[in-house]
Amino acid sequence: MPHIWCPGCGHGIVLNSLLRAVEKLQLERNDIVMISGIGCSARIQGYVDFHTMHTLHGRALAFATGIKMAWPLLKVIVPMGDGDALAIGGNHFIHAARRNIDVTAIIMNNSIYGMTGGQHSPLTQCGDHATTAPYGTVDSPFDVVQLASAAGASFIARTTTYHARDMTRLLAAAIEHKGFSVVEVLSQCPTYYGRKNDAGDAVAMMERFRDETVKVTADGAVPGDRSGRMDGAHEPVPVGLFRREERPEYCEAYRTRVMEPALEQAQSAARDVSP
Amino acid sequence: MTQTRSGTVEFLQGNEVCAEAAIYAGMRFYAGYPITPSTEIAERLALRLPQVGGTCIQMEDEIGSLCSVIGASLTGMKGMTATSGPGYSLMQEAVGYAIMAEVPLVIVDVQRGGPSTGLPTHASQGDVMQVRWGTHGDHAIVCLSASTHQDLFETMIRAFNVSETFRTPVIVLIDEIVGHMREPVRIPDAGEYELTERLLTNVPRDVDYHPYLPREDGRLPMSHFGGEHRYNVTGLYHDMWGFPSDNPQVTNDLIHHLMNKLENRKRDLTFTKEWNTTDADIMLISYGASARSARHIMEDRRAVGMRMGLIELQTLWPFPGELIRERCRGASYVVVVEMNMGQIVHEVKAAVERPERVFLANRVDGEMITPADIKHLVRVIQGKGI
Repeated sequence: MPHIWCPGCGHGIVLNSLLRAVEKLQLERNDIVMISGIGCSARIQGYVDFHTMHTLHGRALAFATGIKMAWPLLKVIVPMGDGDALAIGGNHFIHAARRNIDVTAIIMNNSIYGMTGGQHSPLTQCGDHATTAPYGTVDSPFDVVQLASAAGASFIARTTTYHARDMTRLLAAAIEHKGFSVVEVLSQCPTYYGRKNDAGDAVAMMERFRDETVKVTADGAVPGDRSGRMDGAHEPVPVGLFRREERPEYCEAYRTRVMEPALEQAQSAARDVSP
Repeated sequence: MTQTRSGTVEFLQGNEVCAEAAIYAGMRFYAGYPITPSTEIAERLALRLPQVGGTCIQMEDEIGSLCSVIGASLTGMKGMTATSGPGYSLMQEAVGYAIMAEVPLVIVDVQRGGPSTGLPTHASQGDVMQVRWGTHGDHAIVCLSASTHQDLFETMIRAFNVSETFRTPVIVLIDEIVGHMREPVRIPDAGEYELTERLLTNVPRDVDYHPYLPREDGRLPMSHFGGEHRYNVTGLYHDMWGFPSDNPQVTNDLIHHLMNKLENRKRDLTFTKEWNTTDADIMLISYGASARSARHIMEDRRAVGMRMGLIELQTLWPFPGELIRERCRGASYVVVVEMNMGQIVHEVKAAVERPERVFLANRVDGEMITPADIKHLVRVIQGKGI
């Protein structure tokens, strides 16, 4: 299929795994809404036959909140890039997590702004190079897992484009999960990130995803005594399922704790005044 | 619209009227963020919407508020947000999205003094041009206003009807005085006002549906997002399926469609109230709270024999220039009454035959412009001195 991504880009692998996850769950296409923001990642919704929406930079989760609240039976999937989700969209991300609204957020993290030509993002490792960091970044990156955890997401996973089958399994579990689910996918951008950081071609970058990651245990614990990536770029990156917990989902809570009591009150008030 | 005098009379704030009228109009999704002087709209709807099976959410900011309203509207719900100048500034990118993607919704802007944080609890009408040109790129926009609570009720219904008819965001622009003032308002019985519902496509399931192919009358029947027809919605220039296109012909056709669907229907979108305009020697033109003072001084001067008239604009955009030119033809002076440094006055000057006879009666100190303020200006124009 012709697409707009560069040769070697990891985003096509995410699309592949996502479609396999949807197939595995046997979801109806009419029941899925895919809402994206702006960037290379955001163009993923143009290649799927669901209800699709290409919105504003950083705002996809806000649009998704409205759609999900208005029509809670829909499966809402929000693919985002690292800048889209956590720079301009960071506020919507933490608030969607806090509400635990039943939306699946996929953060396709290639550590760079690709569509605008290679600027550093809030997930670029400190010291990495980008067109707006010619001397290396001095910014520290977010750890998506820790951020999502602190903000209250009830399902949190991280995987890479090397681990395509794990990705399918995690995406399927995320879509099935009732609540706000976050799947960070480390994806390679050989064109900008790779070139700026002498990271080699797409294959070399994917081999690094294989060699420099460590799978978390079944209870989400990270082997060894490190908790995240913020304390050193050369430590292996933990991947796998970090959290899956039951917590009241936002739309359901609104229905049971606000709408139903309010409707009941209004009906009994109407009964009281009728002759 | 029928004129039966039924319903119940309530003593409400203008902001509460906005909320009640929106519910009457069928609005069932509200998202907002607290901001003075509009917050009572969100407060009332948080209480009232769930009572009628609607949904109200307090979002993390005004940007998220409008974005979520766009999402909800696409699923078939009538949606709305409300804010004031600073919040409306934040919404501008999403306003452009709603214009481009042709999403019906209503935004209430209860104006406060600006720029910046300005005068949150005081009177101003400084957002008229922000409403016209706030979002980037060429576009047409609909903006309605009202000066009394009864008119505001009707204006809100009108806003939802226009937004559904033309698939466009409609801005209801009021001010702190109209928003916070209390006066009796008659809540009409259901059915008294005609409500425009979403125009839905009759294309059957599994038949190619073109969400962005206008009918001959310029209208675009919708399909509920999440319903039978799967299609794409984007803020990019797009073809009739809603997929991005930079084809020059597609681009040209779309921008002309977006402009013409409103500009060519200006007559249907023009709402005004007129008092003594047929013989007016001095014509006042005003809107919102300012129009209350203008009406007061017009009646006061008429009583002493001065031929003063008043046009109250209930449509600010698209600007009813032809009507203004027509009505002002016989007037020696035209006085535009507004609480800003001069915004609508420039539109009036561009519309009339003798722009040098157009004057601005304004006030920008946060206090409401008074009938005496207008009287003093008229005396100066007439060479009588204050």
